[in-house]
Amino acid sequence: MKSLMRLYRFVGPYKWKALGALALLLGMVAADLAIPRLSQRIIDQGIGHQNLHVVWTTALIMLGTALASALFAIVNNALSVQVGQSFAADVRSALLRRVQQFSFGNLDRLQTGQLVVRSTSDVNFVQMIVQMSLRILTRAPVWMLGAIGFLFATSIELGWIVLAFFPVIILFMVVFTGPATKMFLAVQKRLDRLNTVLQENLAGVRVVKAFVREDQEIERFGSANEALTAQSIRVFRVLALLMPLMMVVMNAAVIVALWFGGSMTLEGRMTVGQVVASVNYLSMALFPLLMLAGMVAPLAAADASASRILEVLDGEPEVKERPGAKTLTAPRGRIAFENVSFAYGGNGADSVLRDVSFVAEPGETVAILGATGSGKSTLIHLIPRFYDVTAGRVTFDGVDVRDLTITSLRSHIGIALQEAVLFSGTIRDNICYGRPDASQMEIEAAAAAAQAAEFIASLPNGYDTVIGERGTTLSGGQRQRLAIARALVVRPKVLILDDSTSAVDIETEVKLQDALDRLVSESEHATTRFIVAQRISTVLLADKILVLDGGRITAAGTHRELMETSPVYREIYNSQLGEGRRSPAVDADRSTSAGEVRHG
Amino acid sequence: MADARTQQISRPHMPGPGPGPRGHGMMAVERAKNVRGTLSRLVRYAAPYRAALVVVIVLAAVSTGMGLAGPYLLGKGVDAIIKIAMGQAGIDVLFRIILTMIGVYVVSWVASAAQGWIVAGVAQKMMRALRAELFDHMQTLSLRFFDSRTSGELMSRLTNDMDAVSRVLSQNVTQLFSGILTLVGVLVIMFVLNPLLALGTLVAFPLMVGLVGLVGSKTRKAFRGYQANLGALNGILEEAYSGQRVVMAYGQQDAVLQKFDTANEAVRKVGTHAMTYSLLVMPLMGILSNANIAIVAGLGGWMTIVGMATIGTIASFIGYSNRFAEPLRMLGDLYNQVQAAVAGAERIFGIIDTAPDQTDPENATELGRIEGDVLFDHVTFSYVPGVPVLKDVSLHARPGERIALVGPTGAGKTTMVNLLSRFYDLDSGSIKIDGIDVRQASRASLRRNLGIVLQQSFLFAESVMENIRYGRPDATDEEVIAAATLARADGFIHRLPKGYSTILSERGANLSEGQRQLIAIARAILADPRILILDEATSSVDTRTEVRIQEALLALMKGRTSFVIAHRLSTIRGADQVIMIDQGELVERGSHEELMQAQGAYYRLYMSQFRGQAAASA
Repeated sequence: MKSLMRLYRFVGPYKWKALGALALLLGMVAADLAIPRLSQRIIDQGIGHQNLHVVWTTALIMLGTALASALFAIVNNALSVQVGQSFAADVRSALLRRVQQFSFGNLDRLQTGQLVVRSTSDVNFVQMIVQMSLRILTRAPVWMLGAIGFLFATSIELGWIVLAFFPVIILFMVVFTGPATKMFLAVQKRLDRLNTVLQENLAGVRVVKAFVREDQEIERFGSANEALTAQSIRVFRVLALLMPLMMVVMNAAVIVALWFGGSMTLEGRMTVGQVVASVNYLSMALFPLLMLAGMVAPLAAADASASRILEVLDGEPEVKERPGAKTLTAPRGRIAFENVSFAYGGNGADSVLRDVSFVAEPGETVAILGATGSGKSTLIHLIPRFYDVTAGRVTFDGVDVRDLTITSLRSHIGIALQEAVLFSGTIRDNICYGRPDASQMEIEAAAAAAQAAEFIASLPNGYDTVIGERGTTLSGGQRQRLAIARALVVRPKVLILDDSTSAVDIETEVKLQDALDRLVSESEHATTRFIVAQRISTVLLADKILVLDGGRITAAGTHRELMETSPVYREIYNSQLGEGRRSPAVDADRSTSAGEVRHG
Repeated sequence: MADARTQQISRPHMPGPGPGPRGHGMMAVERAKNVRGTLSRLVRYAAPYRAALVVVIVLAAVSTGMGLAGPYLLGKGVDAIIKIAMGQAGIDVLFRIILTMIGVYVVSWVASAAQGWIVAGVAQKMMRALRAELFDHMQTLSLRFFDSRTSGELMSRLTNDMDAVSRVLSQNVTQLFSGILTLVGVLVIMFVLNPLLALGTLVAFPLMVGLVGLVGSKTRKAFRGYQANLGALNGILEEAYSGQRVVMAYGQQDAVLQKFDTANEAVRKVGTHAMTYSLLVMPLMGILSNANIAIVAGLGGWMTIVGMATIGTIASFIGYSNRFAEPLRMLGDLYNQVQAAVAGAERIFGIIDTAPDQTDPENATELGRIEGDVLFDHVTFSYVPGVPVLKDVSLHARPGERIALVGPTGAGKTTMVNLLSRFYDLDSGSIKIDGIDVRQASRASLRRNLGIVLQQSFLFAESVMENIRYGRPDATDEEVIAAATLARADGFIHRLPKGYSTILSERGANLSEGQRQLIAIARAILADPRILILDEATSSVDTRTEVRIQEALLALMKGRTSFVIAHRLSTIRGADQVIMIDQGELVERGSHEELMQAQGAYYRLYMSQFRGQAAASA
């Protein structure tokens, strides 16, 4: 319950409403508890003494008490709902605000799908508990204590007898909730398995159909389905046995009360009204236990949700602005890496980049080439401070990027990321995302340079076409081109294309590169360009090509220089554009079938 | 267009927000369209358990009856005490009553436990049948069906909708039944015990029912609004979080927060409103039961004094008043849940009722092991009627030939291979394999002869061994390893923590793109198809894996008719025919050399790749 308690700080701003709700709760319980007392009065003093006046006035008081209790309940509900809803809204807001401060490093650890779950269903679970804690969760124990108190006030002897039942019931609850919770978790696990099978079936529908594996899939699903069914039946059967058993124990207490109450009445130590009231108080004292037993599982679930929420809220942003950071003004766009090393999580042992140094002069195009995992994306992510270096420094016009304000630094950098994420809204909204005040002319120029103008024109409403959520109605290549246009519109000093043309065909890509060359040289100040690419044809014209291998720069230079000096570069070149000639080193461990490339 | 579809389908599915909070009247309140029809259809799933259900009904009646006997016996007990005290009866009367009470409670427990026991089995088995029917039916549907829905939508059928139905089946049906029984039973007993007093307690009844009904309908309306607002907020959150990196890159945090704050505030307001309404029912019911107690005490007290009732009767009535309100409140609650379940069931049946749009003809030809002669004869096709994606395409691939399909993105290359696999059926023209129209062949036998390696290799969350075996389920471990070796995958698989038994995490995330591709190739090698369809990856992975993939592909294509959606020139050069597609039309065909000499569209595509090189070396 620790996490849940920590989240309760979000109730703080609404503490008066919460306290009000709790105060009303006391009123409600008092009213409810008074009723058996009043009915006892009717029986003993009214009926017993044949006093009609007492009967009627007490009945009226009861009616008034009932109305008051209902009124308290209504106001209590309204207050606790307000607190609960405001709590949920504030937690959601805190989550989103926290995430805005995160760096890519933080985001890597929290997948976005999880973030959505945390802000929706996790917040919901906790909110439910907060709301209930101002209602039944508090009311049940108060009610129970009150009922026990009244029971003792009614008859001390009966009180002790009944109290003996409590340990039995509580023990019973403890014994029963533990295994039941475990069984429910097992059901959840099997449900997850069923969902995985389904999810894979949907995601891999082409593979399933291509390999004619429908029957096998049906079998896979069938066994997951069977496992879930078996476990669910088990849980529900245990519940079916135990829940009525709890009722039996409760009723046993009633019988005992009746028996002892009856004997005491006969001995003249109790009145009939006291017996009836005692039995009522008894049910009242035991009922909350049942309610609380039902709350154990939701409480555990809410605590788990709370800890997931706290995991985000407690996340320390990895990239922070230094006090006294300077604003980047009139940038030229000279980027220098000085002995930069980087490891995710700051752990030196698995460095992704090691001792990287190079300079990109204003207006230069730097291409970065290398295998997956060689550190290409990481390298360029250090420029806008999506991550901070582990050692060394990255400078922008000679100033360490960590000494610049994050906003001013990023406002001069245009970046098109690997996955072209678009937002719901129009094509126009998406292109001018980074600079909402861009003119139509600027938008069109950017679209034209990104080779997107043509397909935008073919869309039903041109620039005003609303694209589906996450760009589903556009092809991958089209989304990538929009992402590039988006980067161009901000008129960046530094333009970073992170493998952002992988889904664009070669012909279009070449046009795009040409257009960028023109655009970049036409602007008043030259733009420094970084291109991460897998296709070698993309990088041929760069001023500098960096070949990364295992986090180190193994070669740097122009295409011509590298063809002469770098065997790795030659190898990449030949594998993609070459005539089937390979370096001898690779040839040695290749099978004969590769020869078909040459002659086929 | 086709490419867009491929991506749409292979995009990782977002883990949906888990099962929402249960009960609490928080359910999405939806109106079902055809409640009666859907309910009676659901009932049909219970048909195999008819006998068990009859037993359940009997048991429910018994346990409800026994439950109702409690307050009655309590009243008898109170009267007995009074009589004993007045010397009108012996202590044995009280003793007998208490014994009866014990008996009643035990029988009640046994009956309701047995009832719950049986219902658990029946309800879960019904759910199993429903889930299986839905899933099995989905396997018969064509890609057109999957194209037109997101996987999230389909997931929701099997999770949320099933959940709603399951809840009603496993809990609410019995609750409903015993609720109604209790209500009727209480009324009967009260009238039997004391008609006048019973009438007295009923005074408040219609008023309360009216109030609850009114509040209920207001609540439903409010909840509909709440759900809509919540949906909008979730949409905003989903987009904000999934685009977080872009938001950061462009410094748009404030814009995101602004949009969110508006929606968040709306949810808070509407949510407060809806929940406050829904919680009104409880106190109203509280008034009913407490007012009843007051009436019983007041009216009953007077009646006792004038000799029309006993004190025991009053004690019984107080007990019954409490039991009276509970089922009423529950019935209101159940209404919402049943509505949600019927709406869910309707959507589930909607899928089950979708007729497969591709069926094999009556006496479909079972293709044996084919030669691999493929003929596209004036093929025209459109995904959306009126927007042709392929126009009058003809080509002929002889057994063992390698066909390279080239052309810009969206030209129709993927569509061609989709048609060959009969994922879709053509509008006009025909595709013949070994002279047999693919529409005349059974789809299963056709696809057994086809091997497909997609650009993004799809792997299952199973062991490496099982993933490769997917190509041929009856293959031995040795055959799997032989295929992996041929696919140049054996080496890295051995280096995995558990070799072939390594379980791939969801969607094979613990392997590199290249390694996943090698496994997919091994799978295709194991399947040993006669015709191979290959969607080459656009970008090279890394040179060493790249070389291995090339080799593996060559091994795979050897001796098979292959269609390659080619992005790499080395692949294109090795092809027997290069087919250039543009805007759904076949614009050029021939060998690489022939097309280069023709200096047409293909030549321009080829040269554009090398203009960089020319400039760089100039």
